[in-house]
Amino acid sequence: MMKIIVCLKQVPESQSVRLDPVTHNLQREGVKSIINPFDLYALEEGLRVREEHGGEVIVLSMGPPQAASALREALTYGADRAILLSDRAFAGADTWATAYTLAAAVRRLDGADLIFCGKQAIDGDTAQVGPELAAFLDIPHVAWARKLIFADTGLLQVERLLDHGYDLVEVQLPALITVVKEINTPRLPSFKAKLRAKSAQIPVWTAADLGLAAERVGFEGSFTRVVKVFPPPARGQRELLDGTPEEMAAALWARLRQWRGQ
Amino acid sequence: MDYVLTEEQRLLQDLARQVAEERIKPVRAELDEQEIFPADLMQEMAQADLFGIIIPEEYGGLGLGCLESCLVLEAIGAACVGVGTTYAATFLGAYPLLLFGSEAQKSHYLPKLVRGEQLAAFALTESQAGSDAGAIQTTAVRDGDFYVLNGTKQWITNAGEAGLYTIIALTDRAKGPRGASAFVVQADDPGVSFGKKEQKMGIRASATREIFFQNCRIPADRLIGKEGMGFIIALKTLDYARPGIGALALGLAQGALDEAVIFARQRQQFGHAIIAFQAVQHILADMAIQIEAARALIYSVARFIDQNPKDFAKEAAVAKVFATDVAMRVTTDAVQILGGHGYMREYPVEKMMRDAKIFQIFEGTNQILRNIIGQALNKEYAKKRS
Repeated sequence: MMKIIVCLKQVPESQSVRLDPVTHNLQREGVKSIINPFDLYALEEGLRVREEHGGEVIVLSMGPPQAASALREALTYGADRAILLSDRAFAGADTWATAYTLAAAVRRLDGADLIFCGKQAIDGDTAQVGPELAAFLDIPHVAWARKLIFADTGLLQVERLLDHGYDLVEVQLPALITVVKEINTPRLPSFKAKLRAKSAQIPVWTAADLGLAAERVGFEGSFTRVVKVFPPPARGQRELLDGTPEEMAAALWARLRQWRGQ
Repeated sequence: MDYVLTEEQRLLQDLARQVAEERIKPVRAELDEQEIFPADLMQEMAQADLFGIIIPEEYGGLGLGCLESCLVLEAIGAACVGVGTTYAATFLGAYPLLLFGSEAQKSHYLPKLVRGEQLAAFALTESQAGSDAGAIQTTAVRDGDFYVLNGTKQWITNAGEAGLYTIIALTDRAKGPRGASAFVVQADDPGVSFGKKEQKMGIRASATREIFFQNCRIPADRLIGKEGMGFIIALKTLDYARPGIGALALGLAQGALDEAVIFARQRQQFGHAIIAFQAVQHILADMAIQIEAARALIYSVARFIDQNPKDFAKEAAVAKVFATDVAMRVTTDAVQILGGHGYMREYPVEKMMRDAKIFQIFEGTNQILRNIIGQALNKEYAKKRS
């Protein structure tokens, strides 16, 4: 039997993200929210481990009240229950304060055998919260997992994807694993789970519920500040030449002469 | 248009649309071109509970009805009716058991279908028995605690892929159609084999083969209902399945309209998007009119069937004929709207038009179904006069 916690984040769908031209903040109004895509692979892996070993899958998210919809969606894929960490005091958290808060929630759940996270969120792109959470819980973590093998020794073998090839590492449970999308193919929701999710109660835990002081969470508890957000400078005009190498060389020569003003 | 669906029905429709968009659309062209049987998709659909729709809850299903199955088939059909036919054929194979099977038969077979462990198929047609189903030659001879089957079934959807087959065979040749009976046959029964995969014009993701019975010996408890009920079982099965075939065709037509409108809004000729031209608008409008009428009809007939009327052969036939004729016209018009592009395999409407044709042919040709409707009219009016 495995107790599995999957951490997930509600993010704006990437195609619809706009930056506010004045404040440089993400404009979230009217933007469709989705489960961070990498977290869906984390959820799928959690569900597969549960199917193989028995146990339960708890999905955990920190966010504004509307993040409950992401958790509800996770239930449609077959997670057993969901908990939302939501409190005005949590707002503006950096990765440290986020992981600190998640860790308190995991402790309140009496820990887990396995915690799964996506390798990173597509909005912040830091890839820090998973490893930080493991550090706060004082358990080992393996990032970028592309395959899990439950060895007879009781250790978990993890293939972690690298740029060229992979590492094979062994880790003792409890452990935290962050996954890459090569690890599995997320399933479809099931109709029975959709029906259950519709009426499922999703408890909301606040800073007080977790016994956390306001100055240790959210913006107050963050060690980093976003000083400025800016789009990368636009690249110069580009043009792709085609044709035979001779034609392309001739075209390039003509352009260079043109730019020199001849 | 709002058809006042329940929240449960809308959840089911959303799920089926998600399957269609995310899993079927991206692979439909490849499945068609290479005639690949969508076994993995069937597994995924089973995991999503879509094989349980019409199966009662005591056998692991959802215990829903004809309308719910039509909503799902419409959504799947909008992406690919080759996949949709494969999926629907399991319902066709399951209906004889659902409607007439013993408790032991139902509890043995239906949960496997729900879980996707087995697909099902229904086998009535033979080389000399198409529209004239009474001309079947396959025999089932009682031999102690067994029946021995001999004969050949033709053009059976899911043959060779399904684990469970419901077969119509003659137990008493002398009685003609009243001497037919229905049986459950398993793919691994002795004496069962399959022909080569047929090469079809459309619905090429689906598998169509012959089934050969050569001294196929099955236990006597495989008989569904009683001896002599074969054609009653077959006709009721087809009555239940026909609105679903209409729903697949409706989805197909909607899918074709979607492609046509998107194209017409983008395609520029004479300095305008072609949707600006009335000649194009009117074709699109006629497509939309026919589709909405088909949808209203299918949903109404499905709701009628869900109230368990005694006889609904006429209504089921009306729904199938109308929606499948609409699908043929609408997909043909979609190709016309896309013009040269529509004729190219690069665009999906070419496949849609090829796929549409079979819907006017299988599960009762639209001519035979008009006979059923005509005969029903004759009966109804005879009653009125008396």
